[in-house]
Amino acid sequence: MIPILASIVDGVLIGTVYGLAAMGLTLIWGVMNVINLAHGAFIVLGMFALYFLAAALGLPAYGTVPIVLAAGFAFGIVVYWIAVHRIIGRPELMSLLSTFAVNMVLVGLGTALWTTSPYNVPVTVPGVTLRGYTFTGTHLMAALLAVAIAGLLYLLLYHTRIGKAVRAVAGNREAAELSGIPTTQVLAMAFGLGIALAGASGTLIATMFPFTVLSGEAYQLKSFVVTVLGGLGNPAGALLGGIALGLIEGLATPFMPVSWTPIIEFGLFVLCLIAFPRGIFALTRV
Amino acid sequence: MWRRPFPWLIALATLLFALVPYWTNDVQLRESLLLAAVYVILASNLNLLIGYAGYVNFGNIVFFGLGGYVCVYLVSTWHWPLVLAATAAGVFVSALTLLFGLGILHLRGAFFALATIGVNEAVKQLVTNFEPWGGATGIYLSMDAYAPLGGPMRALWTTYLLVIAVMGLSLLLSYAIKNSKFGLGLLAIGQNEDAAGTLGVPTAHFKALIYSISAFLPAFAGGLYYFKSGIIEPGSAFNLGLSIEAIVMVMLGGQGTIIGPALGAFVYEEMRGALLTAEALSHFQLVIAGALLLVIVLFVPDGLMGFIHRRWPRTRRWLE
Repeated sequence: MIPILASIVDGVLIGTVYGLAAMGLTLIWGVMNVINLAHGAFIVLGMFALYFLAAALGLPAYGTVPIVLAAGFAFGIVVYWIAVHRIIGRPELMSLLSTFAVNMVLVGLGTALWTTSPYNVPVTVPGVTLRGYTFTGTHLMAALLAVAIAGLLYLLLYHTRIGKAVRAVAGNREAAELSGIPTTQVLAMAFGLGIALAGASGTLIATMFPFTVLSGEAYQLKSFVVTVLGGLGNPAGALLGGIALGLIEGLATPFMPVSWTPIIEFGLFVLCLIAFPRGIFALTRV
Repeated sequence: MWRRPFPWLIALATLLFALVPYWTNDVQLRESLLLAAVYVILASNLNLLIGYAGYVNFGNIVFFGLGGYVCVYLVSTWHWPLVLAATAAGVFVSALTLLFGLGILHLRGAFFALATIGVNEAVKQLVTNFEPWGGATGIYLSMDAYAPLGGPMRALWTTYLLVIAVMGLSLLLSYAIKNSKFGLGLLAIGQNEDAAGTLGVPTAHFKALIYSISAFLPAFAGGLYYFKSGIIEPGSAFNLGLSIEAIVMVMLGGQGTIIGPALGAFVYEEMRGALLTAEALSHFQLVIAGALLLVIVLFVPDGLMGFIHRRWPRTRRWLE
């Protein structure tokens, strides 16, 4: 009994980080109706930021998270103006294709610069031992930070004027524009926020697992699963969805070979899309 | 259907594709044209969904890969003749797609696109874990498999001609659908799905049907292609990258037109060949393809054909 419990707790810890990545995806979707297929690429950039800042420059591993958040925000705004701004309000096909194009460019550049060989950043955090089972310190730390960042996002969205503007634009862009909100700037900012979250989650994932340039795809797919579980456009649901996905992974691992987990995930993904296209946790929207 | 000049153009082009390498006995030309033909098949069938109905299928390569697996399995284990095995692959994949399509009928736009990514990954993982199909290592064909077609040399020519025939059929299929009531309904869905439904287009059924139709010829071609290669493994058979490249081809040529996706596939294949041979650029193939796609999406959303049609309006009459 206890080994399963330990596996589930560990799954939930990792799932919280998935939730953080998915929050970025769902924020972008909710505010501008764009499904960001470059999300995985930004997650990978977050991973490599940890590698270069912590392993090469010697910064403390968790000290890189604020830097990644800030840099991700700025980079996200740049990408918004290059690739996203022109396709706002055009058919979904166009936004899917343009963000995928950004993904190809970033992954292609990453492959050319860093090859596809695995990288590992050793991060040591003392674990917590409970009744003979040790929970990895990095997993605990990553989950804590993910929850903290999610809390900050909540404060930003619900207790500041900027957050109010973001929610207004998500609700009805034209009405927001008529009320004097500079909606284009708000869209750019929301995209930046989403990318910042993707980058930060990448950094946190990199403190736990080794990664390659191509890892982003797997985590992006997980983000999709999570978003679909939590309901597109619903950040709080995304966090819950992430925890749910982690729980499922934790439950499944003791019973079956690791190579079967993706099948469960994608099966679940497609089932959820069919059965609950608005998400299982679709209680509140941005 | 045959009264207009366009289908004759298709037939002529297909014949040229088939005969030129055969007469000149140029094996290198044949290999390059084979690849181009495979891309034309993928792109023009994908166009049925993207260009006509306005739905993106990110997992289009799953048809090709799964078709390849079914066909290679039937040939290697059960010694079926090639054409029969490839047809069986096409029917199997189409039927599976129809079932699945009926399941995801009510998904609209982006949700459908997301589901197709999930399908590709799920199938890839399933096949990787499926022992009768060799798991992660895949299936190899022994030389004996080519004996019924008169040895490997003859078999290569036979599969080439079959692939070219499938290419011609793909283009004719695009043409036939576009000029049918069914095609009109699809185009209406692409313009405004709610309005199309209100006007009496059975949108859900049309979507599932075109999804399934767009699977048949790629699955058939996948069978031929992997029979010719003699090896199939999950990593390359379900390569999401190739799916995306097929989308780039459709967009490059001009979605919704018939000749556009074929033109896009041909241009893209030639360009890629040039990029791969240029040493300095080979690492940046993905970057260049991505940048190209971005430029097309942002600035020329109707592709090469859109450009040609605007520049020379008279071409609209015979280049569709």
